[in-house]
Amino acid sequence: MTPDIPHLWPLIGVAVIIAGFILRFNPMLVVIVTAIVTAAAAGFGPMAILTAIGNGFIKTRNLPLIILLPLAVIGLLERHGLRQHAQNWISRIKSATAGRLLIVYLAARELTAAVGLTSLGGHPQMVRPLLAPMAEGATETRYGKLPDRLRHKLRAYAAATDNVGLFFGEDIFVAFGAIVLMSTFLHEAGIDVEPLHIALWGIPTAIAAFVIHSWRLRRLDQSIAREMAGEKQAPAVPAAATPEGR
Amino acid sequence: MILSIQHLYILVGLILAVTAVMTLTDRQHPKRYTSGLFWALYALVFLVGDKLPPAVVGGGAIVMAVIAGLRGVGAGKHREPTPAAYEASARRLGNKLFMPALAIPLVTVIGTVLMSKVKIGDAFLLDPKNTTLVSLGVGCVVALALACWLTRETPMQGMRESRRLTDALGWAVVLPQMLGMLGLVFSDAGVGKAVAYITTSYINMDIRFVAVVVYVLGMALFTIIMGNGFAAFPVMTGGVGVPVLVGVYHGDPAVMAAIGMFSGYCGTLMTPMAANFNIVPAALLELPDKNAVIKVQIPTAAALLVVNIFLLYFLMFR
Repeated sequence: MTPDIPHLWPLIGVAVIIAGFILRFNPMLVVIVTAIVTAAAAGFGPMAILTAIGNGFIKTRNLPLIILLPLAVIGLLERHGLRQHAQNWISRIKSATAGRLLIVYLAARELTAAVGLTSLGGHPQMVRPLLAPMAEGATETRYGKLPDRLRHKLRAYAAATDNVGLFFGEDIFVAFGAIVLMSTFLHEAGIDVEPLHIALWGIPTAIAAFVIHSWRLRRLDQSIAREMAGEKQAPAVPAAATPEGR
Repeated sequence: MILSIQHLYILVGLILAVTAVMTLTDRQHPKRYTSGLFWALYALVFLVGDKLPPAVVGGGAIVMAVIAGLRGVGAGKHREPTPAAYEASARRLGNKLFMPALAIPLVTVIGTVLMSKVKIGDAFLLDPKNTTLVSLGVGCVVALALACWLTRETPMQGMRESRRLTDALGWAVVLPQMLGMLGLVFSDAGVGKAVAYITTSYINMDIRFVAVVVYVLGMALFTIIMGNGFAAFPVMTGGVGVPVLVGVYHGDPAVMAAIGMFSGYCGTLMTPMAANFNIVPAALLELPDKNAVIKVQIPTAAALLVVNIFLLYFLMFR
């Protein structure tokens, strides 16, 4: 096969975005510059560039809804102690650890997503007010006050667990958009595939994702135990501001 | 239809407009005018964005990016209750606090599963193309009413809390939309085709295993660049999957599609381009390192990619 050689100039955009992220410029600026450079490299004039950016910005207005809509409720509940209550609640379960809690959540998130209930989780409405405080609370019940670094690590694990559960669960649900997209694309390419078969062949990877991530969550428990044992022997140093990141 | 996604745009536009006004009238805000302008512009995108000429919106988006890039978006000072007040309130309200929080997903699921076909007269109750989002919107309004009733607060206090959290997120709230826009510009400019051309013409795929590796890693890599597995799928499947894996080696296309898309998702776990899943949560959880969530996800995603290569190799050619 010898496909027509497409325009290669727009690839400059890929270089710009990678360079921008590596050099740690503000992501918003990196993205907008990339959009301008890419469109210019494809031969768009100034008005066409502005129009392309404007159109794209309007078409994707649905993306921030899921973040912005729950904020008022979550903020109001936080003001009245939701996060504290989530911590108190989990501390009553004596066998709870951060790792075990997150494994249970991973299983629940993946299974519910697999039957199409993808909205039963999410970062603004589930992870921030409930899951992350519970992971912190369970760990605090065992080991006492946590250093900030560990607190941040637990939060990052909580967010990651929600993502892993969602991603590898939803794709084995037949009516999910991705399955429709795949079968439509293959149909256009002259290959007919039952959507159900695509969903079923996703199951081995979905299981592997659960096994791998659960194993890492168990290791998280072990590393917390090790770290906090060390912390107790050499205490007195209050957790300083974290040096990592900016 | 009776409730459509347009209503949600107006609702979010109004919330952002309130945030903008609160910011502009906040005398103690360190970056009062630039932050206020940022949120005001964003409010306009939701309120009147589709009525403006696209080039004007494009100009607005550029102004917003420049404000964010010059560190013009900052958080105001918010008075928070004391730790003791939090504890007392948590004890007083107890498990009731969970009710509004759980009402959001509950109403969303009920709306999505049970109400999606409901019609009043000839009109659908919920926008059939955006049932989940519209249900989420209804869920949030119901939950806000519940929360106000439970805590005896006014909806205005809800707006103040919404502004506090929006402030904490800062420009990260807008990043997913910026990246979505970039994805569309990329596809308009033909970036996908160019990448597919490069991968397929410079790698020797005469060995079946190599072709499988190229497809799996290509899906992940392309998703890392585009921030979205859906954008990578047509490119890699059109470039490598259909012509090579199915065309030359006669693999099972259903296996290829399923595992290919999951390989793309592994890429999603590893990229700041998927801001909604990776950068926004880091901001939402107040993590000092914006890439903290990605760093946690990389080992899981990398291990899963290796598993995917072998799963695809053995399951596709049964």
